[in-house]
Amino acid sequence: MRSIPAATPRRFDTRPAEAKVRPAMAAPHTLNTYRAGPDERGHFGPYGGRYVAETLMPLILDVERAYEAAKRDPAFQAEFDRLARDYIGRPSPLYFAERLTERFGGAKLYFKRDELNHTGSHKINNCLGQVLLALRMGKKRIIAETGAGQHGVATATVCALFGLPCTIYMGEVDVERQKPNVFRMKLLGAEVVAVGSGSRTLKDAMNEALRAWVGQVEDTFYVIGTVAGPHPYPAMVRDFQSVIGVEAREQMLAREGRLPDTLVACIGGGSNAMGLFHPFLDDSAVAMVAVEAGGHGVETGQHAASLAGGRPGVLHGNKTYLLQDDDGQIIEAHSISAGLDYPGIGPEHAWLHDIGRVQYVHATDEEALTAFQLCSKLEGIIPALEPAHALAHVTKLAPTLPKDHILLMNMCGRGDKDVFAVAERLGVEL
Amino acid sequence: MSARDRIATRFAELRDAGRAGLVTFVTAGDPTLDLSLNIVCGLPAAGADVIELGMPFTDPMADGPAIQAAGLRALAAGTTMVKTLALVRAFRAGDNATPIVLMGYLNPVLAYGSERFAQDAADAGVDGLILVDLPPEEEEELAPYFRAHGLKLVRLATPTTDAVRLPTVLGGADGFVYYVAIAGITGTKSAAIGSIESAVTRIKASTDLPIAVGFGIRDAAGAAAIARVADAAVVGSAIVEVIANQLDAEDLPARVHGFVAELARGVRGARIGQRGE
Ligand SMILES: Cc1ncc(COP(=O)(O)O)c(C=O)c1O
Repeated sequence: MRSIPAATPRRFDTRPAEAKVRPAMAAPHTLNTYRAGPDERGHFGPYGGRYVAETLMPLILDVERAYEAAKRDPAFQAEFDRLARDYIGRPSPLYFAERLTERFGGAKLYFKRDELNHTGSHKINNCLGQVLLALRMGKKRIIAETGAGQHGVATATVCALFGLPCTIYMGEVDVERQKPNVFRMKLLGAEVVAVGSGSRTLKDAMNEALRAWVGQVEDTFYVIGTVAGPHPYPAMVRDFQSVIGVEAREQMLAREGRLPDTLVACIGGGSNAMGLFHPFLDDSAVAMVAVEAGGHGVETGQHAASLAGGRPGVLHGNKTYLLQDDDGQIIEAHSISAGLDYPGIGPEHAWLHDIGRVQYVHATDEEALTAFQLCSKLEGIIPALEPAHALAHVTKLAPTLPKDHILLMNMCGRGDKDVFAVAERLGVEL
Repeated sequence: MSARDRIATRFAELRDAGRAGLVTFVTAGDPTLDLSLNIVCGLPAAGADVIELGMPFTDPMADGPAIQAAGLRALAAGTTMVKTLALVRAFRAGDNATPIVLMGYLNPVLAYGSERFAQDAADAGVDGLILVDLPPEEEEELAPYFRAHGLKLVRLATPTTDAVRLPTVLGGADGFVYYVAIAGITGTKSAAIGSIESAVTRIKASTDLPIAVGFGIRDAAGAAAIARVADAAVVGSAIVEVIANQLDAEDLPARVHGFVAELARGVRGARIGQRGE
């Protein structure tokens, strides 16, 4: 058996201990860790940073200071762990998907089952962390953007738990295609603001949440739902989501006595993927594949694959790959999945893409729909449309790999929210 | 002061005249490129001392509904960065004194190419830039090009810019300082004049640059109130709303100029009878 490095012990400061001290004589051109980023101004290579209006700058610097203190405070970590266990239901199981493995006839497929979390997706891991931070900072109100509604539901849930008033910004298009989640948020006591500007989807919800924040800086905390936005959000959201990868690593070692060979996750902004990947980044034998939403096909221009079809630029407080025209105007994304329908991607992914540590591919609406149905029938798991994109890629990849190859896919959400949209797409009247 | 420093020249003239300036904001290409050129060319005669020209962007995260809509109208009318700069050039053919400051977001500038943008903007006759989502911490990637071409990078200070942060904002500030009077987006609320006055005093203690105050000024009286305490009053959403509300008017530019003339009367009369100056 190969010798396996121990799983990362401290969850929020997930860098290896030696990375925290800047080596005085580090060789300039060799990266000895992929997990040291971002730098003190929030840059991952040329990406990330803090591109916000001056009104928000002092506040964002505050969030950064508060987060730095919180992640070093064992009491904060303990409270997160307690609620992750008792309220979210962590650890989520590692599941051997035997019938899909058989069907594909190649690699051995495991799911990390974050769809079993309270509220049905990985989003709540991050919401719990950020709301605990907001409370620590003495904030009185929470705002958030949402696409599929999963982040909105998760935020509204944690706010209900702590009795915090909460406003969720959601594009009108998404309000229409994710009706069950809109109702859930209202049941949980949140106010849902339907955003009618721009393309009326996730990017516009984020614009509107940022505008609302600019107007209520004193008492409000903005819970961003993915590894995007101004520093420290990309790093902070990644750290809270890293619970996925830290658990998966331990579980796989216990189960198979070794690390997985390939990790697969879908990408909207990239939080479930970063959460799974980050604890494995320095395990050079572990390959990673992230799946963007190919919509009607990247060649049609109607997709949400920012790496495949975008260029670097600045939006929503960070520099990253964006879908944009020649004049720097943002192009509307398209995906059947509201959670992936975003014209950008988290800055750490942009960097991992450029240096080649993670491979980025895409799957179309059709491929995701096929995978959605296959998984429901063969495993009795109705996946969310987002991880159905990851599974669509697994469908192509697994048959090409040997039987002793271990594929670990992040089943980051369940499909209850999507059944109406899928039924409509399949021409079924409910 | 170089011959081309129109911003410094203009503020010096205003100081000599003992009055504050009126800074007017409209979006380039709103509602069409032709009408926009007409509107912009008539602003100085109507009483604008400095022109802020918005570079339209699909995702203006610090702007309220009025300026968002103006940007979308301009984009729908085919406005691009090239056409925005052409508009400035056309304006400059008839006016070599009124400063023009382009205002907008970083991405269209990056897409154009920062170095090429600095060169072309300066050639067209642009004097300064306000990039809402470019804080001092991130500017080194572009600022050297702007400086090399004599473009002033105007900094924003806000009610949330505390004493600790103010030196960061003012270090490297150029042209004038734009004090955003409210913690909020454009066109939504107004601030109490007392709080504005003390903020201006606080900023003045740390810089010799003129201070323009904007956000929330709706009319001549509001502009006059600012003109008593700052070096210039900036009006944006209220002017843009005149455009939005009268899109079909045949004499749209004249109506905009009529409103700007009202604002200018407010600003010019503001300090008459005041002590000092
Ligand atoms: C189940 C699920 N997966 C994935 C995503 C995409 O987000 P991210 O890429 O940040 O994981 C969403 C977003 O709403 C989601 O609900």
